[in-house]
Amino acid sequence: MQQKSWQQRLLTLPPMGYLLIFFAIPTLIMLFASFRYTGEYGGLAPWYSIENGTLAFDLTLENWQRLFETDIYLRLFFKSIGYALVTTLLCILLGYPLALMIARSQKKHRDLLLLLVILPFWSNFLVRIYAWMIIFSPNGALTQMINSLRDLLGLAPISIMYSATAVITCLVYVHLPFMVLPLYANLEKHNPALLDAAQDLGANRWRRFWRITWPLSLSGVYAGSILVFIPVLGMFAIPDLLGGTDGIMIANVIKQQFVESRDWPFGSVLSMVLTATAVLVVLLGAKIGQQGAR
Amino acid sequence: MLEIKEVSRYFDNFTALDKVSLNIAAGEFFTLLGPSGCGKTTLLRLIAGFDQPDNGDILLDGKSIIATPPERRPLHTIFQNYALFPHMTVTENIAFPLRMVGCTQAEINRRVAEALEDVSLPDKGNHYPDALSGGQKQRIAIARALVNRPRLLLLDEPLSALDAKLREQMQLELIKLQKEIGITFVYVTHDQGEALALSHRVAVMNRGTIAQVDEPSRLYGFPNSRFVADFIGQCNLLSGKVTQLQDNRAQVELEGLGPVQTAIPADSTIAVGRNCTLTLRPEKIHISSRVSHDEVEAHFKGIVHDMLYLGDVTVYKVELANGMLLEALLANSSPGRARFFEIGDQVEVAWHYDAGHLVMD
Repeated sequence: MQQKSWQQRLLTLPPMGYLLIFFAIPTLIMLFASFRYTGEYGGLAPWYSIENGTLAFDLTLENWQRLFETDIYLRLFFKSIGYALVTTLLCILLGYPLALMIARSQKKHRDLLLLLVILPFWSNFLVRIYAWMIIFSPNGALTQMINSLRDLLGLAPISIMYSATAVITCLVYVHLPFMVLPLYANLEKHNPALLDAAQDLGANRWRRFWRITWPLSLSGVYAGSILVFIPVLGMFAIPDLLGGTDGIMIANVIKQQFVESRDWPFGSVLSMVLTATAVLVVLLGAKIGQQGAR
Repeated sequence: MLEIKEVSRYFDNFTALDKVSLNIAAGEFFTLLGPSGCGKTTLLRLIAGFDQPDNGDILLDGKSIIATPPERRPLHTIFQNYALFPHMTVTENIAFPLRMVGCTQAEINRRVAEALEDVSLPDKGNHYPDALSGGQKQRIAIARALVNRPRLLLLDEPLSALDAKLREQMQLELIKLQKEIGITFVYVTHDQGEALALSHRVAVMNRGTIAQVDEPSRLYGFPNSRFVADFIGQCNLLSGKVTQLQDNRAQVELEGLGPVQTAIPADSTIAVGRNCTLTLRPEKIHISSRVSHDEVEAHFKGIVHDMLYLGDVTVYKVELANGMLLEALLANSSPGRARFFEIGDQVEVAWHYDAGHLVMD
């Protein structure tokens, strides 16, 4: 590795400073808060006191112990990880063929097709979730259609609103472009001569995909997966609006601790665990992604 | 063995191939040669199966293969930039065609090791293609294409990405390899020197048709048209008209130069009054300061207009009385200083009556 010049170091200062101020320091504050007591009216109690001239620290492990007192929080963590995994997998299943189709389409059409992929970003996130609320509502077109079909088959009507199905459907809808874009960027760079060579050497369509296109696209799959998995893991707006009691995720509980219960220390504990999970996933993804790029 | 029957291919309103017919024998090193856009790569893609002819048929061992998809044709292609799979090691690359036909692992190991041995890279098996030099990639591509012994190997300008020295070395290796394994090679190139050096037979293509199919020495010595004479090597092209036929000689009235005697080529459609071109290779023209009186020679006075010293030979461009430039070659083979002419020197150019080759226009 070449020695970096001072200009190069200087260029990394703004992003480093940004991350320090808006990520590293707040994380440390949260970590500290997770060892403090709740204040009388919520928030945080002072972390030291001076009685009779002696300094005493008011720090505790209680908040961390609380995490393991019931299995409700851990179960919620695993459920959230499960939602994030299912969402990521569905995004791969739906996004991969789309990205491949765009990457293999004529050059003049590609920009337009990509534009269509990111078109939903032009309208507000919450507006789009409310749109799904209308679609999923008991009198909405989708529910009505499904239930009249079920009625024909003699099945009881169902409700889609306030269910895991509703939450995951919307999670996939919102995060699909984050899967498609890195996948497209990867697939578009593939050398078509490799597929010709594979075919020439006896590989049919199926084998050409699994032995050439898929392994060469793995770094794109990992990049897309991280971009989908991490925000889904911390998502609270969608489960809040579409999840009801069934579809609740860990971020909803964190928000609840900070806003409704005003229990900042325990909210900090949950946040720390969530952040640690996300960091672990990124590190793991980066490592596998590196090997995939080989 | 490979028979191409009146194959045509059209793209929109462009005719890439126009009723091309060829017969390639088993074990032959056959080259498709032509300028870019002549249809040689289109023809190669039709043989490989990546493209379908609009008319005509392609037969391998007497059976039509145009309905067979590329992956089931018993032939492999060497691509211009090798197309090695970057995510596989050299061993995995070479094993690829063997895996496709379901060889056992033991068999694969044995044959990959053999193939690496064949291309003299036995210790590169665990390397990735990125870590190889251009020449090594070339050899691995060849090993991969030959490992399951195809009936036919198609090579699409495989040496164009290599530098001149390495290219010459790879040419010699290709000749040796083809001789050893005896697989039919169909080679595509726009480099006439490469075609002459490598091939048993060459098909010169021009604008979607075959101009001439022949052995390299015959192509060079006996081109059948002005195009072939001009495309293969350096050539002086002198336009004229046949004025007289006598025994085995013809008298041709060259434009601006007057009558010369020339040999009548075999199976020619020569007739008195026809327009023709006398093709004269530069090395067959004598250039000297003395005046010749040889009856069997045509000789003209001129002035050295330009010269190119190439080390082994010197190329002289001689301006004749009518302003025409004639190219002549002189080997610098005499001991000591070669006898150079200088620009502006008065010289005489001459050629023997059978030095030139006459083609009808």
